[in-house]
Amino acid sequence: MSDFLFFLEVSLAGLGSGALLSLTALAFVLIYKATRVINLAVSEILMMGGYFFFALAAGMSLSPWVALPLAIAGGGLIGAIVERGVIRRMLGESAISVFMVTVGLGSVLVGLVEFVWGTNPRTLPDFTGTAPVFIGQLYISRKIAIAFVVASLVIAIFLLLFRYWRGGVALRATATDQAAAYSCGINVPGVFSAAWIIGCATAAGAGILLGAIGGISPVMGAFGLSALVVVIVGGLDSVMGALVAGLLIGLVEAWAGTYLGGEYKLVSTFIILIVMLMVRPYGLFGTTEIERL
Amino acid sequence: MAADTILSVENIEVVYNKTIQVLRGLSLSVERGKVVTLLGSNGAGKSTTLKAISGLLELENGAVTAGSIGFDGRKVADDTPHGLVRRGLFHVMEGRRIFEDLTVEENLTAATFALSGRGVKPTSFDLVYGYFPRLYERRTGRAGYLSGGEQQMLAIGRALIAQPKLILLDEPSLGLSPILVEEIFGIIARINRETGVSMLLVEQNAAVAFAVAHYGYIMETGKIVLDGPTDRLVKDQDVREFYLGMAGGETSRSYRDVKHYKRRKRWLS
Repeated sequence: MSDFLFFLEVSLAGLGSGALLSLTALAFVLIYKATRVINLAVSEILMMGGYFFFALAAGMSLSPWVALPLAIAGGGLIGAIVERGVIRRMLGESAISVFMVTVGLGSVLVGLVEFVWGTNPRTLPDFTGTAPVFIGQLYISRKIAIAFVVASLVIAIFLLLFRYWRGGVALRATATDQAAAYSCGINVPGVFSAAWIIGCATAAGAGILLGAIGGISPVMGAFGLSALVVVIVGGLDSVMGALVAGLLIGLVEAWAGTYLGGEYKLVSTFIILIVMLMVRPYGLFGTTEIERL
Repeated sequence: MAADTILSVENIEVVYNKTIQVLRGLSLSVERGKVVTLLGSNGAGKSTTLKAISGLLELENGAVTAGSIGFDGRKVADDTPHGLVRRGLFHVMEGRRIFEDLTVEENLTAATFALSGRGVKPTSFDLVYGYFPRLYERRTGRAGYLSGGEQQMLAIGRALIAQPKLILLDEPSLGLSPILVEEIFGIIARINRETGVSMLLVEQNAAVAFAVAHYGYIMETGKIVLDGPTDRLVKDQDVREFYLGMAGGETSRSYRDVKHYKRRKRWLS
């Protein structure tokens, strides 16, 4: 029986980190959906979110509840600057060039963080409390539980917005046919900006949650790699896919990490990726046209 | 230009990719409340003309290199493509270009963005369903599953939602059965009569275009070669022969005279 309890606890922890993966994946999906750009810098913007929070809450000793929205807004600001300054100029260039720009941008951000805060890992000031949460007999770390709840809420809100809000229609219209979106009076460049801002703000928020659990460091962007797998498994342009695949990969990573050993975590993730690419290259929920990168 | 001109295109030249010239000094104008048709064969530059007017040319690496286009008292070059839509110029693109992944209703919702910042009352979707009852039946279905005719209706319906002053219609007859073409053109004429919206209609099907239009332009290789009120154009010998497939007289002309066609057509360009 205790074995089974342990299994459930591992699974819940997996779902928790899976929700964070989903949230990060959502950032990829938002930006891809609107602009057809795979923004690899999402991982580093996630890291920036953590560091912004650190700077505001620990460095300037603001209350965490002030620092939190400010750090998220900071992520959005990076998104706005990058979209306005770099990506919009590259509209119409080949997908690979834009992709490479985001890779370079990621390196720049890592360099910036190392320059300002150094390479040592830091812990974020605690703002969640530490008392563990119990569901029946099951023990879950409070931070993971909070991350799970927040991430699921945010994703649920996005799903609803996409379906029922006029702006969601604009985004989906732009994703389907840019010229036709223009012809309907939709401000297409505005949609692009909005997607980048919201996407990067989401990533920054995920970074804070992730940092609260495991601390922040210049290499925490590696988390984004798993999120990228989530996006590909779920379908590049599907919010629902990000959610389902995030939880799935979170679970698999937790099981593999616990029962096979920590070194199998990423291996199992990437085995899923490879199998997925062979069986359904457009992902679980992705649009079934094949996108060449 | 007269004060009641809603669209005036003056001597425009359009170049794609900085190398390929498509329009060479094309001029035309649309009077407020009228339907004007622009006819021509494949590759004459009809669609390019419309894209130059609506600003969508930029998306295809095209540019207006000379001349000017004025819409409702202002140059179109001063506006963004979506800004123009919000000023009342709606482009129904060739090949319908509906949002296939969205439902019929969501397609219409997308067009409501054309009303942003205009301070007008939102259009009731019932206006569209009034003209196209079939869309009402399928309003919650995915637009991609509509038939070709229904998709064209939806494309025109989106234009109605935008409460435009001028609609650019690019080949609404494309790929539709003759019965549907007749139905849709009947509705186009009704929309013009009932809402007073001006239209610039690009067509290959000259017969139906003449039936709804008040004035016509005929273009070949990038410029206008003939224009006039439609009742005069339909009587024109060359138009009858080249665009309506009638050879003057009661009997149709024999295929033996095709050479003749080529020789005679040359004066037009």
